[in-house]
Amino acid sequence: MSAVRPTDAVLPGDVPSARADSRLVYWLAACVATTLLLTGASLLIGTSSVETSFGWLLTPDAQSALILWHIRLPRTVGAWAAGALLGLAGAVAQGVFRNPLAEPYLLGTASGAALGVTLSLLGMDASIGALAWTAKLGVTGAACIGACAAIALTILLSRGVLQTANLLLAGIVVAFLLSAVTSLLLLTRPDVWRSMQSFLLGSTGFLSWSGAALLGVVLCVCIVPAILLSRGLDALSLGEDTAQSLGLSLPMLRLTLLGVLSLATAAAVGQVGIVGFVGLVAPHLVRETITVNHRQLLIGAPLCGGALLQGADLVSRWIIHPAELPVGAVTAVVGGIYLVALLWRRSRHE
Amino acid sequence: MSESTFPRTADSPALCTEGLALGYGSRTVIRDITLDIRAGAWTAIVGPNGSGKSTLLRALAGLTPPRAGRIFLRGRPLSHWSRRERARQLAWLAQDSGATNLTAVEVVGLGRFAHSGWLSSRKTEDDAAMRRAMQATGSLPWASRRVSTLSGGERQRVMLARVLAVEAAVLLLDEPTTHLDPPHQEDIARILRDQAHGCGVCVVSAIHDLSLALTADRLIVLGATGLIGHGTVREALAGDWLSTAFRTRVDIVELAGVYLWRPTLRAADAVAAELP
Repeated sequence: MSAVRPTDAVLPGDVPSARADSRLVYWLAACVATTLLLTGASLLIGTSSVETSFGWLLTPDAQSALILWHIRLPRTVGAWAAGALLGLAGAVAQGVFRNPLAEPYLLGTASGAALGVTLSLLGMDASIGALAWTAKLGVTGAACIGACAAIALTILLSRGVLQTANLLLAGIVVAFLLSAVTSLLLLTRPDVWRSMQSFLLGSTGFLSWSGAALLGVVLCVCIVPAILLSRGLDALSLGEDTAQSLGLSLPMLRLTLLGVLSLATAAAVGQVGIVGFVGLVAPHLVRETITVNHRQLLIGAPLCGGALLQGADLVSRWIIHPAELPVGAVTAVVGGIYLVALLWRRSRHE
Repeated sequence: MSESTFPRTADSPALCTEGLALGYGSRTVIRDITLDIRAGAWTAIVGPNGSGKSTLLRALAGLTPPRAGRIFLRGRPLSHWSRRERARQLAWLAQDSGATNLTAVEVVGLGRFAHSGWLSSRKTEDDAAMRRAMQATGSLPWASRRVSTLSGGERQRVMLARVLAVEAAVLLLDEPTTHLDPPHQEDIARILRDQAHGCGVCVVSAIHDLSLALTADRLIVLGATGLIGHGTVREALAGDWLSTAFRTRVDIVELAGVYLWRPTLRAADAVAAELP
């Protein structure tokens, strides 16, 4: 470096940033390797009594092949995609709201989805017409519509997307409001309440190939605009005024990224229910391990979130085998422990 | 800077205002301000707390629309400039630039986005501009460090480098020297003067420290009631604008070519020495 004439040399920061890039590559490779390992392991573990050995995996009989191909593989692939969407949504939320505690459900998505599912389950009992309608829509569709409606309500209440503080407050109001409505509806129907449990605690058990494919498509649709706007998020980290003075259109950035956030969260909630902590923890894990700008974060957080939910799914199947835990309970425990550890380590540094 | 198109001649108006009224909520902070801020000079905005220094700077940067009146950037109304064009002509430094996870070189690179666009990657001229800005502010040594790990003085140099990297005709800085120790304040002041005199840039900054503000070329003095005066430092001192603005006697002494604000509160030692 020093031998080169200073005017010709690359910026000194470019060299370490290249090093940071290679660190990112190692880190991403570790994420992908973990994902592949977890995928393999998840094929061997399940509630049914099929043999769990590698030899059997290579030469399965027809029934076992069916279980592998139509139950375990879509489930683990879908869990990965849902986790990736939650990780992406968490990273986007933390960037847009400039708050490390922001998470995918902060616009009321979870409560909206819960209300949507409740209404569809109640509707199935109510009338034949409604049954036909909800059957076509499906529980996942109802959850997705509920989530989108909740976001629309939040944006309506905060009168636009310009004031982030208003958006956060409106999100809290909508979450409480819709939860209250859901609770009131369920109060009279304990039977529906029981079937709601698996949704409220989050479950990867209902994932099919079509669900996994849907999640995959949404992931591709969401990650492209997010990464294209990652430099806008970098600018936003210096403050809203500064970002604006740099020539950035703040409303455009916010609206696009809130769209990404909503779509990613609604799709994930629709397929796996309310899985907490993955969206909050995944971006933190990335930030803790590598120095990151938003481009790197938006690539790292989905990979990390995918591996996290896949791992949680595996644990939920394995820990009280042959019974299953709700995957949301596993992520809540693991995520909670991680955040407490992070908190303690931070307070020790200070 | 060869590709820049703005004129390098001193004394040409870079930024003008006409009957400007500013405020937020129901409060009008500034009424009827007409200014003519020149290129090639460093203009300091001084005044008591709440007199609207930041409000004026924000309005000049186009961040808050004025209540009344108009702002002209290089002869053209500010609202007629497109967002990108304006961001190339006008660089803004906020009072507190937030804790960020980015490295210094990434932060400085953000200053180039009005040129390179949000989607495309950096070009050679962007690298050159970033290098010049970091050299001018002496922030090259910590280019690869995370901004959040830098000291206050180092961080402010990086933030200043981001502003210089825009290579704008007008620099607007809101209290660039607050929270810095006096030697670092002087360093920042020296960089601002170099930009104005050496590169012909129009530099406007709110400055809290009166002695430091008096090292600028020109002063905009704001009082509780609005604009007290706009002119050279000599004019401001001759007219005793500062006393009017602060509504108290502001004593400025000259010592070997340096203007100093003299507090009326005497040193405790001196007071003690006089006691019987």
